[in-house]
Amino acid sequence: MTAAAPPKSAGRGTFPRGIHPPEAKHLAENAAIEVLPTPKQVAVPLLQHTGAAAEPVVKPRQEVALGDVLGKSSGFISAAVHASVSGKTAMPSVATLPNGRHVKTVPLQAADEQPLAGQALYDDVLGGEWPIPAGTELEQHDPQQIAEAAAQAGIVGLGGAAFPTHVKLVRNDAKPIDTLLVNGCECEPYLTADYRLMLEAPRALLAGAALAARANGAQRTLVVIEDNKPAAVDAVRKAAEGTTIETVVLPTKYPQGGEKQAIYAALGRTVPTGGLPLDVGVVVMNVGTAAALARAVLRGKPLTHRVVSVTGAAIAKPKNLLVPIGAPYRALLEFCGGLTDDAARVVAGGPMMGFSLGDPDTPVTKGTSGVVALTERDIARPPETACVRCGRCVDVCPVNLVPTKIAHASKAKDWDLARRYQIPACIECGCCAYICPANIPLVQMIRAGKAELPKG
Amino acid sequence: MSEANAQPVSTAQPVEAEPPRQHIDVAPAPHLLNAATSTRRMMTDVLIALSPAFAVALYVFHWHAVRQVGICVLGCIAAETLFAWARGRKTPVGDFSAAVTGVILAFSLPATAPWWVSVIACFAGIGIGKAVFGGLGQNLFNPAMVGRAFVMIAFAGFLAAGGYVDPKSTVHAITEATPMTAAYKAGRSFDLWRLILGNANGSLGETSALALVIGGLYLCLRRAASWELPAGAVLGLLAIAGLDNLLHPDAGWTALHHLLGGAFLLGAFFIITDPVSSPLTPKGKLIFGAAFGVLVMLIRLFTPYPEGVMFSVLLVNAIAPLINRWTIPTPLGGTVPAGK
Repeated sequence: MTAAAPPKSAGRGTFPRGIHPPEAKHLAENAAIEVLPTPKQVAVPLLQHTGAAAEPVVKPRQEVALGDVLGKSSGFISAAVHASVSGKTAMPSVATLPNGRHVKTVPLQAADEQPLAGQALYDDVLGGEWPIPAGTELEQHDPQQIAEAAAQAGIVGLGGAAFPTHVKLVRNDAKPIDTLLVNGCECEPYLTADYRLMLEAPRALLAGAALAARANGAQRTLVVIEDNKPAAVDAVRKAAEGTTIETVVLPTKYPQGGEKQAIYAALGRTVPTGGLPLDVGVVVMNVGTAAALARAVLRGKPLTHRVVSVTGAAIAKPKNLLVPIGAPYRALLEFCGGLTDDAARVVAGGPMMGFSLGDPDTPVTKGTSGVVALTERDIARPPETACVRCGRCVDVCPVNLVPTKIAHASKAKDWDLARRYQIPACIECGCCAYICPANIPLVQMIRAGKAELPKG
Repeated sequence: MSEANAQPVSTAQPVEAEPPRQHIDVAPAPHLLNAATSTRRMMTDVLIALSPAFAVALYVFHWHAVRQVGICVLGCIAAETLFAWARGRKTPVGDFSAAVTGVILAFSLPATAPWWVSVIACFAGIGIGKAVFGGLGQNLFNPAMVGRAFVMIAFAGFLAAGGYVDPKSTVHAITEATPMTAAYKAGRSFDLWRLILGNANGSLGETSALALVIGGLYLCLRRAASWELPAGAVLGLLAIAGLDNLLHPDAGWTALHHLLGGAFLLGAFFIITDPVSSPLTPKGKLIFGAAFGVLVMLIRLFTPYPEGVMFSVLLVNAIAPLINRWTIPTPLGGTVPAGK
């Protein structure tokens, strides 16, 4: 039976401008997800998401089991955190996350015997049967209970922004949601976590997508994938046969995975500056988040593990690992053979927007999609020279800004000029700094400007 | 023998932990850079793009081409080094921008200009046109045009229409007046092929339309120049020249002559495309180019000057910041709402 041609998306197919950095997916894309051996210690941060920190509900030196609540949500935009290993809590500690924030953590000494480890853990999180609820079976799930389950499970966006997911699963009469976009673009170079998830557990993410649409009322669900992942496109498309979930393939370009760019490309809708996808009736969710939602609703398990892509030319053996939240980066790097001699920078996240890591004992959070180890050659930056106003930054900015003007206005602290050139609209994707022939750190200057910008 | 003196390694000695072999640093994102493009690479592309016109100049003006280009390039490099030293900075000639200014300046001077006129043009151009503003990237006006304007007014005799002609010259092209003077201002037609191929008199680099277009297209393809600039210029010029043609259908000098003759193509592809003195956005570049084309035609039509390129460049350079201000693009998603 020949499959019907997938419906054409309403969007432009791509977004304007953008860049084509080397994809570098070949390093880890063929590494099947491996379970990281349980580290001796994890430190679960109480704030790993946008919003308010969780309130701790455990005391030091308390025995906890895998999946127990360590901190409960402290507001609407907040999320619970759970024990990612069975063990004993220690005195609360403070960790500095790669983005610079100091957060309280609940350290756990892992017990020698873990209830789930190795293949059993993999099967519990990603493997096994994933029935994709549809029709009457789907209607048996109450929308509010789905949102409640997401909140109880501590699910936040696993794409990097870590926004508490339950907020996206409530129906809003003022701003009704008609489309759910499941984001499998993974546009950052090097990262392959979402790719492996789509290959190995496509039904999990589709089940989660179906449940999310049931919860927030979306009538149309699409999975968007860049065209440099044909195997993932096939896997998801095949798994979605018989469902109403569409698979849309978008041309590979950075930053196609940015939610505003993905919505523009797939649906042709423009999210207003300073607004949310909700303003155009859309909710965007990462494929990993969808899989976590399916696990929470269908298996009753909280978010305790995630797939992290450990890759780059400066790591001995690039792998994709299933990692307990709170594991120290050191454990991941060591399991992958350690850093090579020419390692010069370790980035938490992707190389375009990720934060560089200063301390290998920093805990992995729910928003950590990858660890990229870069060599001296990868990060080599010729000396900065004067801006000749060539306009290449203008040619690549996906938001249609004039980065050089904003950057130099920020440097000169000319806030009127920076605002006239729309500085708050910058999404900090880094396309401008990447392309600049004079090697000017444009987005870095803009970011500093945004931080110093006086209000109003 | 060294073995006799070798100390046996004691296995009881503790092994010291190896110090880390890597130097890991922290820095803000992005951590990747496209190292394929650089300012110097862009300047090199301009020099490559100018070589067809230089080849024609060698053919038409013989020794004068080498002399003029050599003097101007050396003069600009010397000027830039001198002013950098005076400002207490390292010499920036490594970015090749002074060399590019030198070649453009040479191409816009008559082949017969004396060496000291060229040198003064270099120093005026680099000094008043560039160094005084703060060096590369800061100048408001095109430095080559500033230099040329300075000598045009200071040594009017050498750069006026008469200065282009030397009846006693061994170079054939220099014995006759430039097409703009001989034909256009005299109301006569001119052989289009001579304008295209370049065997006519004129400034050193302006004679061959074909050579300039080939170089200009190379420049646009290499993204060292934005295509909106020459496109806007051609549209602006043809709009006015076409109108003029419609009003005077019997004129010997047509819109096509205006397009291919004089320094227009040199200006459109190589002078207004100087990124520093032209606007930043595509829309701004189109407006800038069109304004340039219109101004060239207005000067040609309504003033005694046979050629208007130099003045037009300086005039549009002056309004480039205003054009930038008028063409601030709207972000995708609309302007930032108040209060953000």
